[in-house]
Parts: sequence; C-alpha cells; structure tokens
Amino acid sequence: MSARRAGVIAAWLTCVALAALVVARARYVTDLSAFLPATPTPMQRLLVDQLREGPASRVILIALEDGDADMRARISVAMARRLRLDREFIRIENGEPVTADRDREFLFQHRYLLSETVTARRFSAAGLKGAIADTIAGLASSEGLMLKSLVPHDPTGEMLQIIDQMSRVARPVSQGGVWVSADGGRTLMVAQSAAPGSDTDAQELALEEIRRAFAAESGAAAPQSRQVRMSLSGPPVFAVAARAKIQRAAVRLSIASSALIVALLLVVYRSPLALTLGLLPVATGALTGIAAVALWFGAVHGLTLGFGITLIGESVDYSIYFFTQSADGALRSISPRSWRQRRWPIVRLGMLASVCGFASLLPSGFPGLAQLGAYSIGGLIAAAAVTRFVLPELLPGDFAIRDITPWGSRLERLLLPLRRLSQAALWGLALAIAGVAVLLLYQHRDALWNRELSSLSPISLSDQRYDAKLRGDLGQASALDLVVVSGPDLESVLRGAERASRALEPLIDEKVIGGFDSPAAYLPSLATQGARRASLPARSVLRDSLAQATAGLAIRGEQLAPFLDDVDAARSGALITPEDLRGTSLAAGFGALILRQQDRWNALLPLHAARADAPDIDLARVKQALGGDGSTDAQLLDLKSESDALYTSYLHEAIRLSLAGLAAIVALLWFTLRSPARAASVLAPLILAVLCVAAVLSACGRQLTILHLVGMLLIVAVGSNYALFFDAPGHEDGNGALTLASLSIANLSTVIGFGLLSFSGVPVLEDLGMTVAPGALLALLFAAVLTSRRAVGEPPGARQ
Amino acid sequence: MRRAICIGLVVLLTAAARAAPDDLGELLHLLGTRRHGHADFVEQHFLALLSRPVESSGELLYDAPDRLEKHTLEPRPESLMLVGDVLSIRRGGGHRRVLDLKSHPQILPFVESIRATLAGDREALERTFRVEYAGDLERWTLLLVPRESQVAASVAQVRIDGSRENLRHVEIRLRDGDRSLMTLRDHPGP
Repeated sequence: MSARRAGVIAAWLTCVALAALVVARARYVTDLSAFLPATPTPMQRLLVDQLREGPASRVILIALEDGDADMRARISVAMARRLRLDREFIRIENGEPVTADRDREFLFQHRYLLSETVTARRFSAAGLKGAIADTIAGLASSEGLMLKSLVPHDPTGEMLQIIDQMSRVARPVSQGGVWVSADGGRTLMVAQSAAPGSDTDAQELALEEIRRAFAAESGAAAPQSRQVRMSLSGPPVFAVAARAKIQRAAVRLSIASSALIVALLLVVYRSPLALTLGLLPVATGALTGIAAVALWFGAVHGLTLGFGITLIGESVDYSIYFFTQSADGALRSISPRSWRQRRWPIVRLGMLASVCGFASLLPSGFPGLAQLGAYSIGGLIAAAAVTRFVLPELLPGDFAIRDITPWGSRLERLLLPLRRLSQAALWGLALAIAGVAVLLLYQHRDALWNRELSSLSPISLSDQRYDAKLRGDLGQASALDLVVVSGPDLESVLRGAERASRALEPLIDEKVIGGFDSPAAYLPSLATQGARRASLPARSVLRDSLAQATAGLAIRGEQLAPFLDDVDAARSGALITPEDLRGTSLAAGFGALILRQQDRWNALLPLHAARADAPDIDLARVKQALGGDGSTDAQLLDLKSESDALYTSYLHEAIRLSLAGLAAIVALLWFTLRSPARAASVLAPLILAVLCVAAVLSACGRQLTILHLVGMLLIVAVGSNYALFFDAPGHEDGNGALTLASLSIANLSTVIGFGLLSFSGVPVLEDLGMTVAPGALLALLFAAVLTSRRAVGEPPGARQ
Repeated sequence: MRRAICIGLVVLLTAAARAAPDDLGELLHLLGTRRHGHADFVEQHFLALLSRPVESSGELLYDAPDRLEKHTLEPRPESLMLVGDVLSIRRGGGHRRVLDLKSHPQILPFVESIRATLAGDREALERTFRVEYAGDLERWTLLLVPRESQVAASVAQVRIDGSRENLRHVEIRLRDGDRSLMTLRDHPGP
C-alpha cells in the first residue's frame, strides 16, 4: 500500500469516525417543530406553543361504543377511577361528580368575590328587596325544597348566580351517571395528559395507559362487556399515529428500495465487491449529512432522517458513473485515472449544481426544509469526495466489472429516430411540449398550489370527521377558534379576559357563538374581586338595609343572621389566588386556559360553535365585537387559517428561494461552460421536465405543495448531471453508448427509489415520489435528445 | 309503654290485614293502565324560613311509561321534564339545564315518587322507597319512605293519596319539618 493510499484512507476513516461521533451524540426531535417557523412573530409564537403545548394539544377523547349502555357506564367509571391515579394525566372527566362537593364548597365560600351580580346597588335596601323577592319566588319552585338550606346564608342567591355563570357553556348529556353522546350510543370521557402535546413519546405512553385501563376493566367485567369497543381521538392520538405511519413507511420503503437498487447494481456490476464499494459514498454521505445538520441546527428532526436519504439518492449515481465509465470496454479493465481526468469534472459540476439548488433551502424559515437542504449539501459533497478520492484507492488491481456498452448501443438505436430530426424540428417539438405544459398550468392557475397546512397532514379525512363528531357530542370547543389576551402578568391578562368576555357575551344571544370559556370565569382579576369586596356594606349598614328590605316579604328576617356573618367575613377575607383553586376541578379548567411563555402571559378564550351541526363561527362578527369599540386588547386567533397562512408564507418563500436556486444554477453553468448556448442546452431539458411533471400533476387534479416544489428542485439537481454528461466533449467519439448506459442505470435507481415513495401512503412522501420519479425519467430522455443532439450536431473541431 | 307498643302492633296488623299486598298490586295495575295524564296543580311550600307558605301553580303531564312534565306558570315560569333518567329544567327563558338522576340521587324522591306511582311501576317504587298502602281503591293512600340514606337525609316521607287512577295530593315532608303539598285536579277540556 502506497503512502498516499494509506493517507487518503486514514483521512476518510477519521472523517467518518468524527461524523459518527457527532451523529451518536446529536439530539433527535420528532415533534411538529419541523413544520413551524424558526423566527416567529408573537402571534405565530403563540400559535406554535398552542399546537405544541397548549391545552388542546393534550386532550384525548375516549369513546366507548357497542355493548349495552349500563355496561359502558360501568367500564367508564372503573376506567376513570384507575386513570385518575395515574400521573400521566392531569384531568380525567367522564361526567361523574367527583370533585363536586369540594367545588361547591369553594364556590360557596368565595361567592361574594365570584358572583357577577355583586355590586353596591345590590346590597342597598332596594337591591336586597329585589334579590330576596326573587329568592322567595325560587323557593316556590320545584327546586325550592332543595335550595332552601342555602337561603339563610345566601338570601340574594349569589351561589345560584355562580352556578349559572359556570353552566353558560353547553355540557355533554349524562346517562347512567356518565357522559354520553346526544343519541346515547357512545359513552364519552376526556383525558388531559400531563406531558405537552409535543412530547410524542409521553403521549404514546398515555395512550397505552388508557388502552391498558380499558382492557383491564372490560376484561374484568361480565363476558358481554367484551362487545364494548373503545375508540380514541384527539391531537395526541393523531401525533402518535402519524409518527408511527411515517416511521413504518420510511423503514418499509428504505428496505424495499435498498433491496431493489442492490439487485439492480448486482445485475449491472456482476461483482459484490463493486456493489460494496459503490455503497460507500452513499453511506458516508448519509452520515456526513446527519452530522452537518446536527452541527448546524443543534438537533436533527425525524423528518430529516426519514427521507433525507432519498434526497441524496444522487450519490449512488456517482459510484455508478465511476464504475461503469471507468471500465474500458475493449480492455475489460478499469482506469480510474482517465475517469478522473475526463469524467470527474462533469460529476463535480453536476454536484455543484445540485448544491446550488439545495442551498436555496437553507435560508428557509421552515426548519424542516432548511434541515433537508443542509443534509443534502453535506451528503452530496461527502459522497462526491469519497467517489473521487477514496474509491480509486480502494480498487484492487484486477478489478473488473461487466461491460455495459452494448446496452448503451441498444438504447441509442431506440433514440435514433428522434436524434435524426433536424435541430430546428427538435427544438420546435420541445417548445411545443413546453407550450402545452404552460397552457395546462395556466388553466389550473387558481388551484395550482395547495395552501392548507393539512395538505401535509397524515391524518385521514374520516379520522378528522370522527374527531369533530366526538367534540360535538362533548360540547368541547374544537380549539380552532380562540380569543387570546396577552400581557406581562396574570392580573393584566385576566382583566383583558374580563373585557373580552363583556364584548363576547352579546354574541351568545345573537347566536353567533354558542358560548366561550374564560379563565376569568374561574378566577376573576384581583381588580374585579377587589371591587366586589369593596361593594359589600359594613355589618350595621347591612343589618339596617336588610330590615328595610324584608319588611313585607314572606321571609323571616331573624333567620338571616348567617348572611350578616358571611358578608362580614367576606369583607375582611383575602382575595382568591390561583393557589386557592388547588384541589378543585376549577384548577384544571383555569390552568388549561392560561398559557405562560417566559415573561409573557396569555389568557385563552376558546369559542364554542352556536350549533353542533354547524361548527363554523362567523369570525368577522367576533372580530368586530372585540375590536369595535377599542375597549379590548384581545385578538382572535383562528388556528386553522393562521396555520394555513403560515404554510402559505412558507410556500411563497420556498417558491422564491427555489427560483433563486435556479438562478444560481444558471449562473454556475453559464460561468463554467463559458457559453450561453451550452448552458441553455443543458438547462432546457431540465426545465422542460419540470414543466411537464407540474402540468401533468395539475391536470390530474393534484394541487402542488411544498414537497412537490422540493421534488422539482431534485429533478433539476439530478437531471443536471445527465445533461452535463451529454454536453461533455468526447461524448461523440464512441463513448456515447457507455454514457447513455451508465446514465440509464443511475436513472433507473432514482426512479425505483422515488417511485416506491409514491406508494407510501404518507402524503409528504407521496408528493415527493410522484414528482421526482417521472421527472428524472423525462429529464434523462430530454437531455439524451436535446443536449446530446446539440453536441453531436456540432463539428468536433469546434470545441477545443 | 308496653301498652303503647301493643296498640301500635294491633294497628299495624289490622292495617296489614285491611290492605294486603294484593290491594297495592291492584291499585298499581289500575294506575298502569292509564297511558296519558294531564292535570292542573297547585303546590304550596311550608318552610320555617318563611312567615307564610309560598304557592306555585301550573300543569302536570304524563305519558306512559316514563315521561313526566311539570310546567309551572305562576309565580315564575319554569318547566321540568323527566324522560328516563334525564331531568331537564328550564327556568323562564334561560338555558336548559340537564341533570342525570343517577348522579343526583337527592332529586329522586321528588320526581320518582310521582312518576313511578303514575306508571304503576311497583319495581321502581320499591327500589327507591319502602311502600305502605292504606285504604281502598276508592280512597287510597301510599306512604313512601326513601330507602337510600343519602336521600333519606333530607326527605322523611312522601305521602300520595287519590281515588282509583287519579292522584289527589302529593305531600313531601322533609326531616327538618318543612313540607310541600301539591294538589292535583284533572285538567279541564281535551
């Protein structure tokens, strides 16, 4: 072994070891963050936190179906009992009045701070008379016998007022002591996990606990309870299912495409050694790509791992070019030196063109795209370098692979009719194809791009519908429409929430919304509590007013002494703080509606639809109510349209960046080839291929997404290699067949890899696959005809 | 003292002799044949808290087997509807509140006493109350004493009297001595 060879191999192994070290120590994340902005506005920040950590992100809806209702109710109660002991959950609700006594005690004790009707007027003689007369009328009602014990303490009915306040939002129907759907066919339960929605591992664990509780409780009961089925829904369920689906697809597809490509290469090379060596650039590239991402971003996203490898499928091509083109057909031996001189510059230029394309992803505000860009750049450079410097050193002296020139000749004969066409006819044909494609795209211009984030969602439509149905049954806000009040501290956002509540209340009567939740309903601001406390009169004043008020009423004044004591206690009592809610069900309700981000507090007021069967809320009316008089600092956050707007801004950015990438590639080719005509003939087939693919996808009713765009970038990246080979000098003197053969093999491996992706069942992977597979094939065909035709058509002496 | 017990025993025995379980069965069967009922009611609450009784009035509707509606018209409109185990209450033009009897057993004696009697549903009656029957079909009295301690904590007894398939009075006595009395009259007209 020469010193040079030893040096090269040692350097390579050192780099691989360093990359492996970085990869081993890197942090891997699997949450939604790849789809969320890196440098958000405050509103986007809130959106992101909502999606990742907000209360909505951790709600699991549990439905029991089939079997008989009593059996379902029993299972629901038993499951809830078990799950309430589990630390994975902060809230399990199935309609049982578990904390009802504690809640009632708390509300009763603090009724003069919580009731909205507590004002100085109400505690005047006239106010008291009205309130007590109302209470007496209440005593005559059917509920009178149950309410009467409250009256000596609460003759003005503040407790009933609070219960009214709390029940403004529709609650689910109860049957047999637990919640059921309106038709009684489903028994319902809501679980809220302790871990944030972004912690998919913890969510998976929580779902596992629920399934275990169901299995235990339905298995323990009578045999007929086995008929009861459980279904789960909600964001954690979707997140876990999506991850599993992507992982399954990534693993299955990686195995399948690896097997197919290995088989293809074995057939071509007829040499296991060549196969092994040929995979070295890919492996090194993948490792380097992950290391590059880890170093650049600090954490590697699961998405990057999942299909980054497909993006550097181009790196398989490098070794294919190296082996097949180094083979000297006549001598059946290999001459790396001549390949290095004649072919490496072409591969290098192709690689640089690809790097230019992928570099356009780097500045993206969409971390998922930026990571894919970094991965591809790192991977391609490493793979090309290994092909150029390491592979030649690793070749044994008697290395030989099968001569593939005959295949190339056969393919050339197939292309002959096209190549015989005159230059003008050929370019005319190309322009005609481009014209038709542009026309098709123009026809679909309005619906060309899909602007909904859900287009990337791996959640099926039927799952989304089922989720909506359960939410309707539960009267749960879908959490898609929120009013948000932000501020520097809890007090300021609670005050804001109270102002927003006053603005929203008229909308309930107008049937614009069905209701809303507010943290201030659980815990009024200190200002409001203080004002209520201050409105309570001193004992002597109250005694006199009370005497005046009860004169002539059917109530016995002397029975109301506890009222005087309680008001006195409230006057000198402390105001309620969040700590006081602990131990009641109000704590969970309150906690779910307050979101704290470092030094910023947010009060969330989820809106409920006016009717379960018409879930869309007239948001313009809500906005008008909130902003109409400038009295609220509340903002309406429509999660769906906000996240779609976010996605649309990514899409626009990605389009801009891709065009910039294309411009960089054009500049690179122009500069390197030193001829606009040559650059044009290299680029023309690529652009034609992209246009054709986009036109066909649109014509088939597919709306284009960011992933289609990435796919188009890949067509240009991979295709530029093909075109450059056809453009290269020396192509015409007998090596044409060899070039065509090696390119078709490289192309076949690309088509296999991406073709499989389009059957993955995961929308993002399908989009990518169905763009690149046909695009790469077309790029090869167009380049073989257009670019090589130009090269052939020119007299050999013209280029020296 | 012993004498008192003896007399009590004799009274009980003669009561039992006069109203054998079969008589209760006969009454409940008679009540059970009625599919619909529509009556006007006046309800008075006698409470220690109040210096005079408060009164409300309205209509009571019944549809076999388990639907009972109570529409109070005076002094404050209120409607109460019991179907199966679900009780919904609407006061004035306000929101409808829905309660599940199973999770609010304290309501049970107030509503189930009337409904189960109207339905002639002996099983339902005896599930919630110990039932004593006195009188004859022309003039009968049912004394219902709640079984469950949670319920018995507030309601001492419910006494219903009537004539054949018509209920006349429903009196609910609470443990603290307060009581309500509902007087029923067949609704005139269709």
